[in-house]
Amino acid sequence: MAPQTRKAAIVGGNRIPFARSNSAYAQASNQDMLTATLDGLVARFGLQGQQVGEVVAGAVLKHARDFNLTREAVLGSRLSAATPAYDVQQACGTGLEAAVLVANKIALGQIESGIAGGVDTTSDAPLAIHDEMRRVLIALSSARTLRQRLEALAGVRPGMFVPEAPRNAEPRTGLAMGDHQAITAREWGISREAQDELTVRSHHNLAAAYERGFFDDLVTPYLGLTRDENLRPDTSVEKLAKLEPVFGTGDPDATMTAGNSTPLSDGASAVLLASDAWAAERGLPVLAHLVDAQTAAVDHVHGGEGLLMAPAYAVPVLLARNGLTLQDFDFYEVHEAFASTVLATLKAWEDPAFCKERLGLDAPLGAIDRSRLNVNGSSLAAGHPFAATGGRIVASLAKQLHEAGPGRRGLISICAAGGQGVVAILES
Amino acid sequence: MGDWYRDLANSGVGSTLVGQLGLPRPAVLRRYEPGAPLLTGPAVVGTAGAGRLRETLTRVLEDAGVTVLPGVDDDGGRLAAVLLDATGGTGPADLAAAYEFLAPAVRRLGPSGRVLVLADPPSDADSPAQAAARQALEGLVRSVAKELRNGGTANLLVVPADAGASVPGPVRFFLSGRSAYVDGQVVRLTAADVPAGEDAERPLAGKVAVVTGAARGIGASIARVVARDGAHVVAVDVPAAGDKLAEVANEIGGTAFQLDVTAPDAAQRLVAHLRERRHAGVGPGVDVVVHNAGITRDKLLVNMDAARWNSVMAVNLQAQLDLTQALLDADGVLRPGARVVCVSSQSGIAGNRGQTNYAASKAGVIGMVRAWAPAFAERGATINAVAPGFIVTEMTAKMPFGTREIGSRINSLQQGGLPVDVAETIAWLSRPSAAGVNGQVVRVCGQSFLGA
Repeated sequence: MAPQTRKAAIVGGNRIPFARSNSAYAQASNQDMLTATLDGLVARFGLQGQQVGEVVAGAVLKHARDFNLTREAVLGSRLSAATPAYDVQQACGTGLEAAVLVANKIALGQIESGIAGGVDTTSDAPLAIHDEMRRVLIALSSARTLRQRLEALAGVRPGMFVPEAPRNAEPRTGLAMGDHQAITAREWGISREAQDELTVRSHHNLAAAYERGFFDDLVTPYLGLTRDENLRPDTSVEKLAKLEPVFGTGDPDATMTAGNSTPLSDGASAVLLASDAWAAERGLPVLAHLVDAQTAAVDHVHGGEGLLMAPAYAVPVLLARNGLTLQDFDFYEVHEAFASTVLATLKAWEDPAFCKERLGLDAPLGAIDRSRLNVNGSSLAAGHPFAATGGRIVASLAKQLHEAGPGRRGLISICAAGGQGVVAILES
Repeated sequence: MGDWYRDLANSGVGSTLVGQLGLPRPAVLRRYEPGAPLLTGPAVVGTAGAGRLRETLTRVLEDAGVTVLPGVDDDGGRLAAVLLDATGGTGPADLAAAYEFLAPAVRRLGPSGRVLVLADPPSDADSPAQAAARQALEGLVRSVAKELRNGGTANLLVVPADAGASVPGPVRFFLSGRSAYVDGQVVRLTAADVPAGEDAERPLAGKVAVVTGAARGIGASIARVVARDGAHVVAVDVPAAGDKLAEVANEIGGTAFQLDVTAPDAAQRLVAHLRERRHAGVGPGVDVVVHNAGITRDKLLVNMDAARWNSVMAVNLQAQLDLTQALLDADGVLRPGARVVCVSSQSGIAGNRGQTNYAASKAGVIGMVRAWAPAFAERGATINAVAPGFIVTEMTAKMPFGTREIGSRINSLQQGGLPVDVAETIAWLSRPSAAGVNGQVVRVCGQSFLGA
């Protein structure tokens, strides 16, 4: 038994630039992208042929053949084939959850090092055959006589040839995630202007981070892309104002556009975590430590809570356990699923009624210093390949904290489909 | 990227054809492979003068398992190398001895044979006659290099009286297949503390080497060879080339460091990286720095825009100056016995039409290396330049056929060099045993007719 726990170190990360759907990575599979991302990480930290404790990653949109996606990616990478791996999936929380799982095993002394990652493609998405067609084919394969085969085939109808594509919609409500968020945006009175302003800041911050070389040791080019394809360095509130709303359009005052919502994207990310001793033995840096993490879920089906509001619930639990206030952070990374998600979450933390009635707090968590929010851009600019976002944020925040000096603290908040949220604290 | 003409000239029918037409016959050069012997046959050592280095030469050969024949009179097979110790001569009369030794010996030189002459520096001569005799050897060697066929090379080592200990490493390089495309060169040695006992196969074991421009071409080849020789390579290239860079790093077991060497904080970031990481399991810092990153932006001077001029200067010259200065200034980062090797170019020596910017930058590198050499010597380090001639790369493959053919033939070896030839020369200069080579410019050009 490990005598006591220790905080896992974040050594560094790697990701490929995020591409827009059906674009630069249209021909790349999840396994291709995850393998390339692992190889970039291997090159950055000299891990060729080395065995790390565990590689944990996942994808939200996943082919049946990818049942062992991460292990297959490891086998195709330059890591030692003796490196175990497993897949996780927690919707958009996958990447951060993977990092938490790796960090926890390191904390318990079960492993000395590990890689957490995630990948998603909306271009090479799995298509399933029609459910009834599937039944026909299963019956056909178990038929023994010609007559049984003909009977099975007789069940085929033209409509069964239409494949089923994965939908970006909640299974229990049938609503697209954006339409769910449009409800939340309306409830919290998030204005179109505020959403567009946040979006512009995301693009400008990401562009500036690229310009100052911040991503030079975080991103490795892939298939001709050297920067995130969705990035619009010259976007402005004026330009965004011209876009038509695309979600919640039943409302005449709909606010959510293709600009202030994340686009469907392809990409992958990976983060190297380790014990301090493991990093020191190899002469590798420690950028930050993963201090603690928390998940939460809300009932968006019957409970009257917004689909993407779970992080608002997870954060106060995490703060209380660590004796911190919302203002005790140097940097905040609030995943920009939609601009209004970020704004609604921040507004909820400032709202006395929400904090008292929903969170059970005596006082609201309060406002944050917005200049500390998503300082190197976030998903609105970079794009959001679902499972890859957590790794992007963990590595970027760890580097940002490291640059700021020792003892700096950062908060990560990621919302996920199914009414879930994953949040974590990093400290340099 | 193969040499079609060389292959034709060395084929059955092609050989006859080339012979009858009196066309040049480029040889398949002997290039080093791990485990290869220093020479593939016996060697002979002669003197022309007092010959204070003869024993050293014989010992180097015998230590490498080479048979040293007592003289050229012996009836026998081909010689793999002919070494002439011409030190200790007094005047032109000694040149006759050089001629008498070399003529029959060179006649028996085998394929990819080596002629290596060691001489005193003309600048240290006691009399004009002595200086004349010493300088004469340069003309002799350069001409022998032009006369040799079948992949043979001739080079001259100038050895000051106090630099005898610096001789073995350079001698081994010039005899080996590592110097396949280094021909007609004069390298002046200096006195230095040469560490004893170098691992012939992994002379850079335990060393950290930074190679810039390592994602492809000559830089990737340098990274491979330096890694093969045992170093941990920190492969550097611009972020946009990061995917190729990662492939190189993974192939050689090194690390990829994406850095634009012209970024305002490039030097600071490189220093911080070398301080933060402990590569190769040794303390922080770096032992070998290869400034290879370079670009061309060709235009005739009269048509040259400022962007072309400035970008070439920034990458090819200013970055080398800035990174080197930063490494010198950063306490403990440039480790004892450090080696800096700067890639110059034949264009920097001979000039090249359409390359005023490139040639200026590459000539500047030569000036930089010579000026810095004394300061490097003071800290037991060296700084040298390597000037490639026509090297067959992806870039030259895109040249028009005629230009490429002419460019690759106008040298004594009648063929273009390979990236590995540049890499081997750089790896040699990076070795501990090259301590006595400092402030030199070594051309890897097959004795090009340009700028000779």
